[in-house]
Amino acid sequence: MTASVLSNTAGTGTTQPIPSLSVEGVSVAYSGGQVALRDVTLHLNAGTICGLIGLNGAGKSTLFKTIMGFLPTRQGQVLVHGQPVHMAQRGGLIAYVPQSEEVDWTFPVSVEDVVMMGRYGHMGRLRRPSRHDRDVVTHSLNRVGMIDFRGRQIGELSGGQRKRAFLARALAQEGKLLLLDEPFGGVDASTSDTIMGLLRDLRDEGHTVLISTHDLGSIEALCDTVALLAGRTVLASGPTREVFTPENLGRVFGGLPMLTPNGSVVVTGSQPKSPNPSPTNTGAN
Amino acid sequence: MEVLTTLLAPLQYDFMLRALGISALVGAVCAVLSCFVTLKGWSLMGDAVSHAVLPGVVLAYLVGVPFIVGAFVFGLGSVTAIGFIQSRSRVKEDTVIGVVFTGLFALGLLLLSKVPSDVHLSHILFGDVLGIRDTDVIQTIIVGVIALISIMVLRKDLMLFVFDPTHARSIGLNTTFLHYALLTILALTIVTALQTVGVILVVAMLITPGATAYLLTDKFNRMIWIAVGCGVLSSLLGTYFSYFLDGATGACIVLMQSLFFAAAFLFAPKHGQLALARQRVRDQSAA
Repeated sequence: MTASVLSNTAGTGTTQPIPSLSVEGVSVAYSGGQVALRDVTLHLNAGTICGLIGLNGAGKSTLFKTIMGFLPTRQGQVLVHGQPVHMAQRGGLIAYVPQSEEVDWTFPVSVEDVVMMGRYGHMGRLRRPSRHDRDVVTHSLNRVGMIDFRGRQIGELSGGQRKRAFLARALAQEGKLLLLDEPFGGVDASTSDTIMGLLRDLRDEGHTVLISTHDLGSIEALCDTVALLAGRTVLASGPTREVFTPENLGRVFGGLPMLTPNGSVVVTGSQPKSPNPSPTNTGAN
Repeated sequence: MEVLTTLLAPLQYDFMLRALGISALVGAVCAVLSCFVTLKGWSLMGDAVSHAVLPGVVLAYLVGVPFIVGAFVFGLGSVTAIGFIQSRSRVKEDTVIGVVFTGLFALGLLLLSKVPSDVHLSHILFGDVLGIRDTDVIQTIIVGVIALISIMVLRKDLMLFVFDPTHARSIGLNTTFLHYALLTILALTIVTALQTVGVILVVAMLITPGATAYLLTDKFNRMIWIAVGCGVLSSLLGTYFSYFLDGATGACIVLMQSLFFAAAFLFAPKHGQLALARQRVRDQSAA
């Protein structure tokens, strides 16, 4: 939809472009004082897909929340297209899809209503959708293959369909930077394929995508760069070919991970779950 | 002909027309807000704020300012106290709410028993829309209209905040502002409803229409309209019947709302008990 399409060769130009996402020496602590992230540095150039890899509890979701400004940083700064995060959010530059949506699935909204929420940042005070907003919503629903479900109440969707619906909302935001926490978690193979194709298209349109994933089998096919997260910091990041090596993975997973035939990863010695960073019990009744 | 004369009898009295008008307005404002309150899971919060305003009303009477002012100050004060205590202690939210509102309500009852007997004040407990005074009519209309306009302007943002606060934050909305805006509107709305149904029953106005509408539709906008329909109709019918029953008007209004809810619970086309039972039978025969 966007007319101005950035070239797909970011990072090799003569002048250094402003990174799409720049995380510079960021440290985060929970209110209890435990370290949540330690001196994290990560740069993403426009038009690239970066895969964030790490064990449960390494801090992947924490990093996403930190980039979104949901957790206060102790040190360092996060810039999105050279702007502080809250400015970038108001400017509609970032779309964020959390690992699991903590919403009330019986809420009286349809799939189309949910996707329209992605347009609120582009609307006036009363959030009345324009013709263009409706077109973008329809287009986004088409891209994730959910147009036939537009009138469904969201609780009537399967797990994969819910994921697609919320991905469509992120698309409707038309943000330059997409943050997707575990987009392939708990989805069927066809949804997984749809999402992967979509992410490549978005990259080719000049968007920047940061995903976290357990699915190491798809990293090389999908990601231009990877960032390895372990011990609550980024151990290494860079082009997939250079960083996504057995030695590095061994450092991240504390033992060589084995790829099973279906692409999932088995690592010896399962790690404990991450401590809960915040009271997540939102009083569902 | 005679039946008609009897049925229309209440409408020839000014106080009845005024009561019908005010209770309909209050019913409408409360109904709109009830959609947000029920979806947010703030029923207890509504109950708390409505009880906590009592000392404010008594004190306002003693000082000589409009009771609406005192009620609003204590309504907001209770909300702030709840938030403050909750953020600084390990006590769970519903417990904090219970502790704060019962404390304030008890203070109100004590003040009430110590203040020289005044009929007007006791009406705050149970409501007295038939005896509402002109100054209270005007105050109720002003505050009600302010509450209604505030909700309508913020409607979409509040809906998003209730549905998905994470997304609201991620597109740069100020969720702290929305949180307190919703609480402030809640306090305003409670203040408007005090004269009609009283402190004890006002929470019904703030949840029952929304709960009824929630059973009847899967669309948020439609939910608001259905709730308003239920709220206004309950107010009109309740006020009207209370004339013939010669009973408490607030109680009649709330009972009407309960009847609407019971009907929706049983007969709602998709989420009602009959429809769910029919669906179960269909599923079993299909299996």
